[in-house]
Amino acid sequence: MIKQIVDFFGDEGYARSRRRLFYLVLVLIVVADFLVPREHAEYLWDRLPGWSAVYGFGSCVLLIFVSKFLGHQGGLMRREDYYD
Amino acid sequence: MIDFVHPALLFILGAVPIPFLKGSVRKAYLVLVPALAIVAVLAMEPGNYGAGRFIGQEILLAKVDKLSIVFATVFSVMALIGMVYALHLTRAGQHVAAFVYVGSALGVVFAGDYLTLYLFWESMAFASAYLVFAQGGKRAIGAAFRYLMVHITGGVALLGGIVLHGLAASSLLFGPIAGAMDTGAYLILVGFLLNAAVPPLNAWLTDAYPEATVTGAVFMSAFTTKTAVYVLARAFPGMELLVWLGAAMALYGVIYAVLENDCRRLLAYHIVSQVGYMVAGIGIGTEMAVNGATSHAFAHILYKALLFMGAGAVIEVTGRRKLTELGGLYKAMPLTVALYMVGAFAISAFPFFSGFVTKSMVIAAAGQDHRALVVLALTMASSGTFLHTGLKLPYYMFFGPDRKLEAREPPRNMLVAMGIAAVLCIAIGVFPGPLYALLPYPVVFEPYTGAHVAESLGLLMFTALGFVLFLRALDPENTISIDTDWFYRKGARAFLWLAEKPLARYEKAVSNVSDTVALPLLHGTAHAGLRADLNGVDAAVNGLARAILVGGGALRRLQTGVVTHYALAMIAGVIAAIAVFTVVWQ
Repeated sequence: MIKQIVDFFGDEGYARSRRRLFYLVLVLIVVADFLVPREHAEYLWDRLPGWSAVYGFGSCVLLIFVSKFLGHQGGLMRREDYYD
Repeated sequence: MIDFVHPALLFILGAVPIPFLKGSVRKAYLVLVPALAIVAVLAMEPGNYGAGRFIGQEILLAKVDKLSIVFATVFSVMALIGMVYALHLTRAGQHVAAFVYVGSALGVVFAGDYLTLYLFWESMAFASAYLVFAQGGKRAIGAAFRYLMVHITGGVALLGGIVLHGLAASSLLFGPIAGAMDTGAYLILVGFLLNAAVPPLNAWLTDAYPEATVTGAVFMSAFTTKTAVYVLARAFPGMELLVWLGAAMALYGVIYAVLENDCRRLLAYHIVSQVGYMVAGIGIGTEMAVNGATSHAFAHILYKALLFMGAGAVIEVTGRRKLTELGGLYKAMPLTVALYMVGAFAISAFPFFSGFVTKSMVIAAAGQDHRALVVLALTMASSGTFLHTGLKLPYYMFFGPDRKLEAREPPRNMLVAMGIAAVLCIAIGVFPGPLYALLPYPVVFEPYTGAHVAESLGLLMFTALGFVLFLRALDPENTISIDTDWFYRKGARAFLWLAEKPLARYEKAVSNVSDTVALPLLHGTAHAGLRADLNGVDAAVNGLARAILVGGGALRRLQTGVVTHYALAMIAGVIAAIAVFTVVWQ
């Protein structure tokens, strides 16, 4: 069974169903975020349904591009023989 | 009935027979000792053991309370997992080093005074360095030397701090550092922060861990930084500086992980990031925050070891470690993929995995303490954690472009060890009760609320969306990243250049001048100096010179001889010293 699950995520043949499942999950999560009760809201964003989705996506994009910017333009990334 | 067996002794004295045992007897022994240690930890009662006096100071070999028991529990469980993972090794050296390393970590966790703590602290550094030396090759030995040098420097800072603090507080007993921070307390803090890999003192970790042996890195990922977390929790709870260092460190590790191409170095940067949560939790210092930091250390040791074991399995069977050279392994190693992913879900804090019930406690504690920025920073780091360990690394290592590598599942003992860790990662996530009961303070935190689950899933799955959309931007590149080790790796070179070129020239010029002009003057000064010298400086200088001579001699031998042998000899010495110490002062 483990092999089948791993294959589902690896094989090219399942690409379509994989994508569908992924988008379905995303929609369900956003819907669920609107439905769950929020009795204890400490911060402004705790009251906004869908905030965590937006923040997650934003963080991910920000991290990728800020890091790559630092790596390429900031000079953090060097050739592998840099210290040799 | 003995009410207290020091688990550190079990490991350190237990290391002695390993080289003399062979085959399956040795394997059984290697598993038996950690199992006994688990029993010893579970059976122990809080209290003080092994009190005495040494060079006029109070010594307390073991101080057992809830905080030390949590760490000792997970350390001994981890020792068992790590030993099972390493069972296939035929040579004894690494087993001995691992035993001493684990034993020393346990020694630190129970240390009731600073001298005991320092002794075990240093022996931990030497034993773990062996696990890097044992890999062999120019790169590993270079990294191991740097690792050792950095830790010795940190140890010197710690020792200096202990002496100053001991003089100021007139007690060497280890506990919360009360009152205003003085120089001694800051030096102790620096020593602890170095082992916790807090930037800018983090580079030793990401430099050395990926160069260690496959099995050695698993041990290293668990013990050094978490012992540092323990001592920070013991000595500096509620220190404001730690909150900001922790939050910054959580993001620091994540940013570097984007750039990393070496699979274990990427994971090492995530140790930095995850330890950031613990450091921040200790800095916040409320009961909930310290609980969060402690439980997160517990969960972290297990899932991080699982991740290192998964990456180690790939290195073991393919011999490759760079993401640019890996890919398409899922067909050949599905079990490894599945077990690795359990660790990835646990570190990313998916519901029903261990990170979910521990990491969120730290974030919730930051929220309760009205620290909105810390909450946002740590949440962003969670997104980055899933991005790398849950998506990028498995994608390029197991899926992604097929490099047509020959691969198979790793040896069975490795799979079993990964299995044990995976079961624990899930068990803690599903039934957090037993872990919560172990924590130092009563737990008032319910991780499984609808809002929290929905929020976490939203954060994680939309991180995945970002990954899918910007996959190309994340393609690994054949580079290394500059971290703070640049200062001593390039700095040492600059120093050598300085010594060879300008200084040598300067010396020549000076000697020319001195022959003609300065010599008479110098003679006069020398006579005056001699008088001052004879009256007291002499003894001190002689002692120092002798120490340097001895140290230099040892180093010279290390550089020219077979390094692993010498490292092994050092470890043997450490064992002997600790054995004598414990027998005499128990």
